[in-house]
This record gives sequence, C-alpha cells and structure tokens, in this order.
Amino acid sequence: MKFRTAIAIFSILALAGCSSASGTWGWYVIDPRTTSGYNNIRFLLNGFGATILLSLIAAAMSMAIGLLVALPGMSSNRWIRLPSRIYIEFVRAIPLLPMLFWVFYGLPVVLKSFGISVSIDAFWGAIITLAISDSAFTAEIYRSGIQSINKGQTEAAKTVGLNYRQTMRYVILPQAIKRILPPLANQFIYIVKMSAFASVIGMQELTRRANELVVTEYRPLEIYTLLILEYLVLVLIISFFVRWLERKMGSDESK
Amino acid sequence: MSNQSKAIEISALNKWYGDYHALKDIDLTVEHGERIVVCGPSGSGKSTLIRCVNSLEEHDSGSITVDGTQMKDAASINAIRAEVGMVFQQFNLFPHLTILQNLTLGPIKARGLSRADAEERAMRYLERVRIPDQAHKKPSELSGGQQQRVAIARSLCMEPKIMLFDEPTSALDPEMISEVLDVIIDLAEDGMTMICVTHEMGFARKAADRMIFMDHGEVIETGKPEDFFEAPKSARCKQFLSQILQH
Repeated sequence: MKFRTAIAIFSILALAGCSSASGTWGWYVIDPRTTSGYNNIRFLLNGFGATILLSLIAAAMSMAIGLLVALPGMSSNRWIRLPSRIYIEFVRAIPLLPMLFWVFYGLPVVLKSFGISVSIDAFWGAIITLAISDSAFTAEIYRSGIQSINKGQTEAAKTVGLNYRQTMRYVILPQAIKRILPPLANQFIYIVKMSAFASVIGMQELTRRANELVVTEYRPLEIYTLLILEYLVLVLIISFFVRWLERKMGSDESK
Repeated sequence: MSNQSKAIEISALNKWYGDYHALKDIDLTVEHGERIVVCGPSGSGKSTLIRCVNSLEEHDSGSITVDGTQMKDAASINAIRAEVGMVFQQFNLFPHLTILQNLTLGPIKARGLSRADAEERAMRYLERVRIPDQAHKKPSELSGGQQQRVAIARSLCMEPKIMLFDEPTSALDPEMISEVLDVIIDLAEDGMTMICVTHEMGFARKAADRMIFMDHGEVIETGKPEDFFEAPKSARCKQFLSQILQH
C-alpha cells in the first residue's frame, strides 16, 4: 500500500514539476483557477460516472455468464464440457475492439433478421462486449477455484445424499469463493481499463471526454496525462480493495 | 424385501483404470448385520471395492445389489447411497461449517427434516461418539480423532443400514486410533452391517465376523478371524500377515 501511495505522489509531483519547465507544458487548459480550465476539468471528471457504471454492470454480467460457462465445463461428460470449452477458446481469441464493432454495428442487424428489432446504444454495446469478452476469463477463475477444492468434499456430500446443485451451493462454492473473489476483483481492473474502448463507439466516458477536449483545446499532452492519472486513481482504489479482500479471505482460510 | 435379500451382493465385478485391472471378477455377499474387515497391501483394490459399493467409483462390468436394489441408473444409485454411510481416511468434514451443521446438512437438505429434528438427531449421535460438547466448533478446532468421530456421526445421521469405512484410522496419530476404533466397535456390537478396510488387526479380531484378504485386485482369502489369523491358507496372505503383525 505504501508503495502504491508513493507511486501516486511521485507521479503527481513529477507532473506538477513539469509545469514550471519551458514551454512544453500548458497546464492552463485544466487550471481550475480559470473559468475555462475549471469547466474543462469538470467535463473530464464527469466521465468517472460512466466509466464506473459501465465497468460495474459489465463485471456483474461477466460473473454471471462466467459461472454459467464454468459449471458445465467441469462435467465428466465430454459432450457437456465441449460447448463450454469452445465458448472460452472462441471468446478469448477475439480482440476487444473488433468484438465491440461487431456487437455495436453487426448484432442489431443479426437480431433484426430474427425479427427482434432493438437498437443497441453505445452504453449497452460496450457493456455486452466487455461482459462477454471478460466472461471467458471469469469462467477460468471459477473453474480453477472450484477444482482447487478437494475431491473428498464432493464425495462426502454425495454420501450424505446431496445432489449436484446442493453440493455446489452448500459445500463447494462457499469454500471456493475465498479463492475466487480475489482474482475476480483483480479481473475488475482489466474491465475498467478496457472500458476505454467504449470511447470509439461514442460512449461518453473518461477517454471519450478527453478525446473531445483535445479536439477543441488542442492540448493532448496535458489532457491525456490527466486521463492517465484518472485511471491510475481508479485502479489504485480497486487494487487497495483487492488486497484488503485477499487479507480478509486468507485469514480465515483454515476455519 | 430386505428380509430375504442380502445386505450386499457383488458378482463378477471388474474395474479398470485405463490399462490397469483394479478389480478382477470380485464375488462377495454380505449378510445383514455382518461385520467384514478387508485387508491387503496398498494397491490391492480394497478401497476401490468399497468405493464401488456406493458408486463413488463406477465399475466396468458385473453387478452390485445393495439391500435388494440393483445398481444401474442414477435413481438406483441415489437409493443405494441413502442406505449406505461412508467414513473416509481423510475425514472429509466440511471445513466451513460447524460440527452441528456438518451433521445436519444431509438430513435437512437431502431428507427434508426440520432444523429442530435434524439438530436433535445430530446431538444424539454426537453423544454416541462422545463429543456433544464440540457441536459449535469448526472441524479445524478438533483433533484428528475427534474429527473422525464427527465424520462417523455425520454418516449415522443419515441412518444408513450399512456403513463403509475406508481406512478410518490411517491418517490418525497413534494415540487417537483407539478412540475411533472404540466407536466403530460400539456400532458393530449394535448390529450395524459394515465393511471396514483397515490394517488394525487387533480391531479386526475383536469386531469382524469375516476377514477378506485382497491382493492385485483379487479376493485371495476369506475366513473367520480366528482361522484367518491362526492358519492363513495362501502364501501371499501369510506373508502379508507376518509383515504387519511383526511389531
């Protein structure tokens, strides 16, 4: 934690130090003491809401899809296992940006051919893409977490008459959750960073706002520097939460 | 039905792990109330055999009938598991639940008992294995011997007709072995049908009606404990007994 704080403070000091240097930097563009600078900063910071909301909904959907994919993926029957394997390999192989374009521009057309007429806006287009792309990874996190639970637990559950669903719900998942949650939270950092791609389909989040301001102010260095710091703050907060979660989960592992 | 049928009837049972022939044409009949001890060198198939009885291992050919129910589909397997309790070498208690919750999980979720009934039953069996005072602790707070007694109580809470013990004392420190064996002997004296895989020959003499010696996936010798220990017939059995009775 101290280490990360140090990085954050160092970055900010280094950048602030630059402001007094030659003509390279023009911080006036986001100087809150001037009216235009204040408005610009407000415009940029207002992107936090969309980035956070986008990431949270996508993460929640990814966790749900991931579980639905992971459970059949652990069946002893290879025909039940197969679709899950194909899904994971397929989704993992698609780069995020092409998938985003396909969902945003292509999916409504496909749906329309089935008689379903929905327009997918930038917000939901980004969420669907992020959720699907991330679900391949969450599925693997579930699988490794569940498989790390000793086989004897499943056997004991069978001998006291529990069926598959009950075994998962009352015996395996409560134990696996401790090994699943920290990497899942870690995966959330990935979603937050990847949400920047939503800017290319017009989603008004942090990156999109920075891009728009750059076009009008023509100060890319300062604005993108601030953008990076915005993500840094967000990710540091999440990673602080992940460490806390790991400590909490780890401490009563034996009980 | 259960009066005419045998507790367990196994015939021509074969089990393969890939190329490895783990069980070879096993025939075994267990009467109601009979106490059987299975022994043999490691890798002889004794654990595999009892794990086939409640279908923790699937067999490749032959038939298994438990209390008149022949094992074939998922429904028959469930019916058989409802009759058969099992105690594992590694206890396999649920570490995230208290002792009491370990005991009531099956009765409440699988049998639909009310919490009050299940807890009343659980306390009865905890008293039977002599640790009612540990009911609200987690398994990790108990000694190995206590954990194994909890595992026995957990099985008994399902009120099985047959109990399987898979090397119940092999993972225990020496000073804890007898407290577990005492509980099993107690059960045996109450007339519980049981198959116990163990190397505890003192226990076998005391509790078994019949001994079974296995080697390389085959039943080599079977007999009453007194004959089995005093006059083993096969060379392999003689050698095995001399090895484990040396000390």
